[in-house]
Amino acid sequence: MTDARAPQNSDALVQVRGLRTTLGGKRIFEGIDLDIPRGKVTAIMGPSGTGKTTLLRHITGQLMPDAGEIRVDGQNVPALRRNALFDLREKIGFLFQNSALLTDFTVFENVAFPLRKHLKLPEELVRNIVLTKLQAVGLRGAAELMPSELSGGMARRVALARAIIRDPMLILYDEPFSGLDPIALNQVLKLIRTLNQTLGITSILVAHEFAAVSRAADLVYLIAAGKVVARGTPEELTHDDSPWTKQFFGGEADGPVPFQYPARDYAADLGFPATARPAGAA
Amino acid sequence: MIGDALAQVGACGLFLFQILAAIPKSLRHFRETIRQIWFVGAMSLVIIMTCGLFVGMVLGLQLYYVLSIFGGTAALGTVVSLSLYRELGPVMTALLFAGRAGTSITAEIGLMRATDQLSAMEMMAVDPLAYVAAPRFLACIVAMPLLACVFNALGIMGAHLVGVSWLGLDNGTFWSNMTSSVDVWKDVVNGVWKSVAFGAVIALIAVFQGYTTPPTSEGVAYATTRTVVFSSIVVLALDFVMTAFLM
Repeated sequence: MTDARAPQNSDALVQVRGLRTTLGGKRIFEGIDLDIPRGKVTAIMGPSGTGKTTLLRHITGQLMPDAGEIRVDGQNVPALRRNALFDLREKIGFLFQNSALLTDFTVFENVAFPLRKHLKLPEELVRNIVLTKLQAVGLRGAAELMPSELSGGMARRVALARAIIRDPMLILYDEPFSGLDPIALNQVLKLIRTLNQTLGITSILVAHEFAAVSRAADLVYLIAAGKVVARGTPEELTHDDSPWTKQFFGGEADGPVPFQYPARDYAADLGFPATARPAGAA
Repeated sequence: MIGDALAQVGACGLFLFQILAAIPKSLRHFRETIRQIWFVGAMSLVIIMTCGLFVGMVLGLQLYYVLSIFGGTAALGTVVSLSLYRELGPVMTALLFAGRAGTSITAEIGLMRATDQLSAMEMMAVDPLAYVAAPRFLACIVAMPLLACVFNALGIMGAHLVGVSWLGLDNGTFWSNMTSSVDVWKDVVNGVWKSVAFGAVIALIAVFQGYTTPPTSEGVAYATTRTVVFSSIVVLALDFVMTAFLM
């Protein structure tokens, strides 16, 4: 376990410093600092609603923070102009939680979409690249299906093939395991690991399933209450005994993350005078 | 309430500039524009032609009755064609177009927003303004005047059917009175300008509503309704303004 607030890695592909965000009047981040090391799988975990997806959206410039610096490959994302941002995004793959396949196109055309839009390649080559990527995710046979004909796990794998079609330097997975059966989950997990090992793609993984994360990730950041509360390898975090990690990885219902959503005084809400508080209504 | 409405109008205005700025980039996806012209134009032909025919037939009946009071049934061709070219063609086509093409654009883009397809395009460094919004905007501007012309043609045929074939008006009188009193620039072209403007307004409202809809089923439902309501109001108001200026 290292000091969560002072990342040391200088060879980081993504560096976040002093990130502050407010969304819809709610404070999401209150000074996040983190480093995503090159060539590794880094998991970002935390209770629901802590802004893990928001963090991914900051890294890809879909959302602007109130303050702070987000450097991706040396470029400060919030300061980039639209064209420069699009140039950067061409080197980033993003796997959406709901796959976000284009429903008008076949699986093949979905995977080919980034190639067709950015490069003028001969049809033969496009076909070969697309089929290679589909083979890698095990869906070459599904090339002519429409997205509506795919199961959740298959759609996720097609989206993954699309995300890696241009061999990105960085790939972001937004909850890649949610809603998958154990077989599909393991398939996606294996793909994430393989892509990282064979192509050396730096990966950021947002997920809740610690069992799966511990098999895929080299480094885990735990975010809660707008801050990084723990950082370490999955092994280190399982043995860490700070209240945050104990609650999160032990799955305890109450702790630093309260069970109750912030509310007015319970007794007052029920109409009792504040002095005559019923037992157990704290 | 009024503040919200004004903010919406302002946002819509800014959105127009964003679309206009994205048009040069959208020419890279020119095939998408063609596909959209087919979708909003060719696919609307059936409803436009059917309605054009019936509106023309009704005009034929009603105006024949009115004109016969003054003994002026010979002017039927003139009156029908002037009302269609100057007014009914562009306006009726626009109202039908808002219902047929505008709603489908809003619903399509709204669902693309709700299912993250627009964000996915952004993440693939494909600007959805250039790939989704601008082609639909251009397609509506191209399709609306063409549809209005088809509407006019079918309307005149409908009036001819009623006036000449059924009520016994002289065929030569019908056509010759029409050709001698309809001016290409003052009547036909002004009507075409109107339909270009209506096409642009409907496209802007439809794309804006779809683009900014909350990503829920209720949001998409309200957005499609708003497209029809706002388009109809703006088309009719703009029609008055343009008529006053083009008189």
